[in-house]
Amino acid sequence: MSQGVQVVGLYVRDQEEAIAFYVGKLGFRVHTDVRNGDFRWLTVQHPDQPSFQLGLFVPGPPMQDAQTAQTLRALVAKGAMPPLVLDVDDCRAAHARLSALGVEFTQEPVDRYGNVDAGFRDPSGNGWKMIQARR
Amino acid sequence: MSTSPAGQDPELLRRLLRAKDRMDAASHEAWPVQRLARVSAVSEAHFARSFKQAFGVPPHRYLLTRRIERATALLRDTGLSITEIAFRTGWESLGTFGRTFRDITGENPGAVRSRARAAAHGHAHVPACIVSAAHRPDLTTAVSEKRRSGAGGKNRPQQKELP
Repeated sequence: MSQGVQVVGLYVRDQEEAIAFYVGKLGFRVHTDVRNGDFRWLTVQHPDQPSFQLGLFVPGPPMQDAQTAQTLRALVAKGAMPPLVLDVDDCRAAHARLSALGVEFTQEPVDRYGNVDAGFRDPSGNGWKMIQARR
Repeated sequence: MSTSPAGQDPELLRRLLRAKDRMDAASHEAWPVQRLARVSAVSEAHFARSFKQAFGVPPHRYLLTRRIERATALLRDTGLSITEIAFRTGWESLGTFGRTFRDITGENPGAVRSRARAAAHGHAHVPACIVSAAHRPDLTTAVSEKRRSGAGGKNRPQQKELP
């Protein structure tokens, strides 16, 4: 039994679209997908990281009132949510593969002191850095 | 459409973000409103107004700010000439660059560079007594130059101060 962070959630504008992106393009797997009325608890998992789940949640009731949900949707769409980092073995290869799948890159791969990093956004507007760390 | 920021359509905001991302990725390029409006798939008039509403500054102002940020980093981190930096960060004239730079940062590019150069000599790695000696008004060269040029070591700046 290990302790630590189990789930960190993102706000997305549409959960089906998010599955198509995180599973269909980035290669995550659906870990949990359960509904309770309108609420849908959806998490995905990186195949190399079985102890961590990324939650893909839509702002709205019952967690938020309509006004708050609208504000959150606007913040996500403006790219105002906190940065996310994806660790990869080969940034340039991942960039080529994901670009071909139509992933929206905001920054081409750049070498920085032995690391290579690139930037992309999910369809909702969440910004990711994709980093190949110096080994 | 409502006029409060939260009232802007998220679909529109997502497309405006795309234009902002494109400026971030290539701030040295020219970004006339029609080009940005095309990225966001909105009319030119709608674009400028919506962008300002979403991000708090007009698109052109945003671009200038990004260019100045980048120029500041180049002044700090590289030995490129100020003219070369102006050219690389998207300015067509040195005059416009200097004016905008002062307008945004309150300083001249040259002043930023001088300060960065002084700091870049790694005060953290230099004993505090040497730094304080080097910062005395009569000393005109940087700490590391002083150390390289003189065989004197620590006491040299202090000795030099005595007429």
